[in-house]
Amino acid sequence: MTMQNKPVTSASEPTAFKFEWSMISRHGGVVALIAILLFNILITPNFLHPQTLFVNISQVATIAIVAVGMTLVIATGGIDLSVGAIMALSGALAPLIFTSPFAEANPELGLALSIVVPILVALACGVFNGALVSLLNVQPIVATLIFFISGRGIALVLTNGNLQTFTNPAFSYLGTGKILGFPFQGYLVLIIAACVWWVMAFTVFGRQLLAVGGNERAAELSGVPVKRVKIGAYVICAGLSGLAGLIVVAINSASDAARIGNLMELDAIAAAVVGGTLLQGGRAPIFGAILGAVIIQLVKYTLLANGVADEVALIAKAGIIVLAVYVQQARKE
Amino acid sequence: MQHLIEMSGIKKSFAGVVALQNASLHIEPGEVHAIIGQNGAGKSTLIKILTGVYRRDAGEVKINGNPSTVSTPREAQDAGIATIYQELSLVPLRSVTENVMMGYEPRTRLGTIDWKTAHARTREILERFGIHIDVRAQLGSYSTAIQQLVAIARAVSLNAQLVIMDEATSSLDDQEIEILFGVVRELKKEGVAVLYISHFLDELYQICDRVTIMRDGQTVGQRVIAETTKLGLISEMLGRDPEEIEAAGMTGLGGETTEPGRPLFEAKDISTKRGLKSVSLTLREGEIVGLGGLLGSGRTETARALFGMDTLRSGGIQNHVVGGNIRTPAEAISAGIGFLTEDRKREGIVPHMSVRENMTLALLPKLKKMGRVDRKRETELVERFITSLGIKTSGMEQPIRELSGGNQQKVLLARWLALEPDVLILDEPTRGVDVGAKFEIQSIIREYVDKGLGVVLISSEFEELVEGADRIIVLRDGYSITELENPGITEESLIAAIAHHHDEGARG
Ligand SMILES: Nc1ncnc2c1ncn2[C@@H]1O[C@H](COP(=O)(O)OP(=O)(O)OP(=O)(O)O)[C@@H](O)[C@H]1O
Ligand SMILES: [Mg+2]
Repeated sequence: MTMQNKPVTSASEPTAFKFEWSMISRHGGVVALIAILLFNILITPNFLHPQTLFVNISQVATIAIVAVGMTLVIATGGIDLSVGAIMALSGALAPLIFTSPFAEANPELGLALSIVVPILVALACGVFNGALVSLLNVQPIVATLIFFISGRGIALVLTNGNLQTFTNPAFSYLGTGKILGFPFQGYLVLIIAACVWWVMAFTVFGRQLLAVGGNERAAELSGVPVKRVKIGAYVICAGLSGLAGLIVVAINSASDAARIGNLMELDAIAAAVVGGTLLQGGRAPIFGAILGAVIIQLVKYTLLANGVADEVALIAKAGIIVLAVYVQQARKE
Repeated sequence: MQHLIEMSGIKKSFAGVVALQNASLHIEPGEVHAIIGQNGAGKSTLIKILTGVYRRDAGEVKINGNPSTVSTPREAQDAGIATIYQELSLVPLRSVTENVMMGYEPRTRLGTIDWKTAHARTREILERFGIHIDVRAQLGSYSTAIQQLVAIARAVSLNAQLVIMDEATSSLDDQEIEILFGVVRELKKEGVAVLYISHFLDELYQICDRVTIMRDGQTVGQRVIAETTKLGLISEMLGRDPEEIEAAGMTGLGGETTEPGRPLFEAKDISTKRGLKSVSLTLREGEIVGLGGLLGSGRTETARALFGMDTLRSGGIQNHVVGGNIRTPAEAISAGIGFLTEDRKREGIVPHMSVRENMTLALLPKLKKMGRVDRKRETELVERFITSLGIKTSGMEQPIRELSGGNQQKVLLARWLALEPDVLILDEPTRGVDVGAKFEIQSIIREYVDKGLGVVLISSEFEELVEGADRIIVLRDGYSITELENPGITEESLIAAIAHHHDEGARG
């Protein structure tokens, strides 16, 4: 047989990384980012001021963290509408815990519990979502609608609908702390993204997750534990949402269950899509999602700083999603 | 006479990798024209350029003497070119009618879809092919073969001047192929040209007028089929001496029938709700057991039951390798059973993933090393299989969807061989694989069998079954009715066994 095979031996490790970056640039995300930055430098007053940078970093952090989780869920071919509600739930729980008499008496333990318990609750919500989707075969959009509706309600019930304000410098460090002058949550985002990226690129779970999203039937017939993998994605997403909820509360030193994470599901989905995630599943560009979050945040900021009404900002966001999906579809050999 | 289709000097590269260089194709009105060539020769790509799926880099395309303006599949259809692709592209969750009428639904005066007419028209189209099915049922509830015929029916119904069939017969049994050939002859009589791609050379002699031969992205010849020999075609296609090919022989599965070893599993009177009534079969180390029967006789269903895809309603499978029951594919795999599916696109490949990732999908748990995939071992293994199976790819990182159909099949076979299973269930293992590679794949399977692998073989090619299997279990309507033993099986005796019991069944 005439041999046309060139067993190309590309060194194994860096390929995943290269792949990811080529994907980002291909989707024009970087171009969009540069355009927004240039626009702001020229138009928006004080845009280059360090304060602006810090504000944006601290606000983009929550979107980015949730977007990373959302990317995993979308990569399995699902979607998670409950992220905002789970943020509210965990954000409502934390102050309840560290302002309780028990925590007042044991400050360190109280602080630890006020971080661990809300995240555990969030993870439990993720198990619930994942179980509905994978064990009972409920459509993801419907399954996560349950917490989308009830999660915030539970949070409001827990807090009697009151705004909880507090002073707890240790807890607030999550939202206001600085390392080398940069907001703490900025580092957190990078660490989380790096970890999740590593999991996706190098572990069995990551590979299986992409296979489930790429062709669920084929994955199952190859022995991939499809149900477990899907539950895993929802659990990670919910856990990250829980963490994001804590950060929001820490930034404000106040918890308003009605507002934490409001419309976050849309921001996170938008960030994931802008970052190059395919809605039909099978792809999880983690750093793409971060880039997407940055773009979404900057668009919000640009419009706000230039006095454009919130409603218009929503329309602009919708426009970005449409554009991103269009760019994804338009490629043809 | 004016050419219906005239393609010349066609070039096409994908991200720098050349798929076509200087390919050409000439089709006369009303002729049945074949394209043959090895896996990856560029047959499907050439067609996709004609039908507007891909854009050509260079070259000329003329339809009826005029430069073609086709740039989307829809435009190709409107220009009278109907296509049935190698990979089925229908919607399994929709009704048969919806699939046949898709995009061309009859409307009522209010502009809504006129379902009554749609169903009636669909029924009429299908009856022309001798298919009598409930057109309101989901397409996915029918076998791959029926789905294939539905795709063909749809294409033919669109008043085409040219009907393209890219490996349309690979999942059909003899009877269905006859139906299809009937339709092809009918089309020809009506003046419709047919472009026919197939790896079954025998078929070409039955219905084709002329054949275009492709090799490595080039058109290397065009012949009047009556003036060729099978061996001549093969040698031109492979670019090798006819003598050399003749010496090698054509089926690689046959071998010394050695004494089979210890039993691997025994299935007794198993039934499932997918139409399996009562099937018994045993498999021992180092033997190939074939499943014979017509389409719908329960061959694939038996495979599904053995692999834990369908739960048993009664009967039992005693597994001597691990013992215990198998309820899911994952359990089957850890019990040392592999299953190469017949439905490559839906149940086999993960299209976005690379050749490497597809090949090691089932093996992943075994490649785990300190929480991560052992990339070094993975790469070595994939490289080894790419070489030993002769997989044509630009590299192991190429997405599998970009490989030609036959090469995808080889990757999937490697997925299972890499697991080093005790039992391998092969459902149409050489479907869509070219003659050269088919021989290689069969030899490789034989090699593993000689080392103790047990194989359950399903094949709609009687030749493969008769020469390859040590025993053949004949199935009918979900029952295993008899068993034939090699040496001694001939195609005639197999057909007789299937037919004989069929007649008997009809009487009783
Ligand atoms: N979308 C694509 N991207 C990259 N390469 C491609 C793409 N489609 C086809 N190729 C490459 O072009 C070559 C020709 O493929 P093609 O599918 O036309 O082969 P074929 O003759 O139809 O083979 P088979 O008999 O296996 O179906 C192959 O090497 C294949 O890898
Ligand atoms: Mg092909």
